[in-house]
Amino acid sequence: MDELNNINHTRRNVLITGALSATAAAVPSVASAQPGGEPAVAGGTTPAPVTARVALSVNGKRHEMELDTRTSLLDMLREHLHLTGSKKGCDQGQCGACTVIVDGRRINSCLSLAIMHDGAEVTTVEGLGTPDKLHPMQAAFVKHDGYQCGYCTPGQICSAVSVIDEIRKGIPSHVTGDLNAKPLLSIDEIRERMSGNICRCGAYSNIVDAITEVAGVAGAKGGAA
Amino acid sequence: MKAFSYERPKTPQEAAAAVMRVPGARFIAGGTNLLDLMKLEIETPPHLVDVNGLGLDKIEATNEGGLRIGALVLNADLASDERVRRDYAVLARALLAGASAQLRNKATTAGNLLQRTRCPYFYDTNQACNKRVPGSGCSAIGGYTRGHAIVGHSDACIATHPSDMAVAMQLLDAGIETVNPNGARRTIPIADFYRLPGSTPHIENSLAPGELITAVTLPKPLGGKHYYRKVRDRASYAFALISVAAVVQPDGTGRVAVGGVAHKPWRVAAADAALPQGAQAAAGQLLAAARTDEHNAYKLVLVRRTLNAVLIDAKKG
Repeated sequence: MDELNNINHTRRNVLITGALSATAAAVPSVASAQPGGEPAVAGGTTPAPVTARVALSVNGKRHEMELDTRTSLLDMLREHLHLTGSKKGCDQGQCGACTVIVDGRRINSCLSLAIMHDGAEVTTVEGLGTPDKLHPMQAAFVKHDGYQCGYCTPGQICSAVSVIDEIRKGIPSHVTGDLNAKPLLSIDEIRERMSGNICRCGAYSNIVDAITEVAGVAGAKGGAA
Repeated sequence: MKAFSYERPKTPQEAAAAVMRVPGARFIAGGTNLLDLMKLEIETPPHLVDVNGLGLDKIEATNEGGLRIGALVLNADLASDERVRRDYAVLARALLAGASAQLRNKATTAGNLLQRTRCPYFYDTNQACNKRVPGSGCSAIGGYTRGHAIVGHSDACIATHPSDMAVAMQLLDAGIETVNPNGARRTIPIADFYRLPGSTPHIENSLAPGELITAVTLPKPLGGKHYYRKVRDRASYAFALISVAAVVQPDGTGRVAVGGVAHKPWRVAAADAALPQGAQAAAGQLLAAARTDEHNAYKLVLVRRTLNAVLIDAKKG
């Protein structure tokens, strides 16, 4: 029994020490004032945060902020503007859950610094439509059940809106047969162009149905919109 | 991510000087590779110099009948450019085979060239990597090497260059225009741009400290049929296991470059000369110096067969 108590005591101490270390790491400027006279955690190598101003428009609303230079566009949207529609999946540009439209182009907001978007116009899933007035793509995703868990959906929808725009502008893709002709609004084109958005639930066939309906692809399930 | 300061200079020379001023400073354009590596603290620049807004985002005709592509031209815009689609289809095809639409909307021409040559062991900070920490060893050697280099590699590094675009640029004999902090300009032929790993795999190209890429030039169009055939584990959005870029003329002569096999896009003059004799001969020249292991020996066969598929297609009317 004594032994067990000792073990618990030890564990508690470990947890307390861990918490202190975390504090020291998060606030390096006061780390030297930590009890016990411990040296600052990585104090000599952790540079102090730097901030910069950025002014940009999100879903038609202007914002001006002073941000840590490290803040990604995604973290700015979610943590500073509380627009939590855009999701953080992989945080390294592989999954597409963070896809937003910046100055008319879809990008991975996790792989872009907020401060590099001064003057930009950003559209997130919240800016496409509202619960009362859904964007046609949002409505089509609901109609065709283009999701299961829904985590990738905001990125899928922002991408899908851009896909139709890109095909209409004549931007080619990997599956475009003739580079000198306008690309087709086809299922093959849509599938290729959506490859930067991963859906781990595997709702792909319903996602393609939703997009083809909005795009007005001949033979789409549910008919042309 | 380590904290960093940030500035936005007005001219290319100012940008070059700004990077020289702070030891370890880096240029940032699209950021799609650099920021990813900064999150993992594989790259830890104390200062970023944003080169967007330097006016390097235009594609223009050169007096020699070719194209000058601004360093900041986005991959998506380069692939969509009418002249590139018509006259340099191999480049458009290579760009469209790379990354995702979201990344191509952010990644730039110079940034694509300068993305790190890398492998999964470079990304895994628990593994030894001479590229990440010079002198620390290479965990990839003797590890799982299915995606690694089979030619031009060294005892220090067996990573492959991941760019599709750069393979087409190599095929087209692109020139890389730069400016240094003193304002001096030069053009580096792409054949002299990338380095093999040797004993210094952390040095990947021949740029001097502070030297900034301002443009990439393409010589006048080659004509012929253009191919970029990429073989990968899934149909889209994956790195090449191997890729073949080729321009084939009606008489069967042409050029070939290969991706996914070396620390840089791989081109051998003797392979171009052997192209009329067929895939067996040309692939043999390309990979004459290959050293493979049990995981990546398949790449020898895959290069030959992919080139053969390209040459069969080129013979069709």
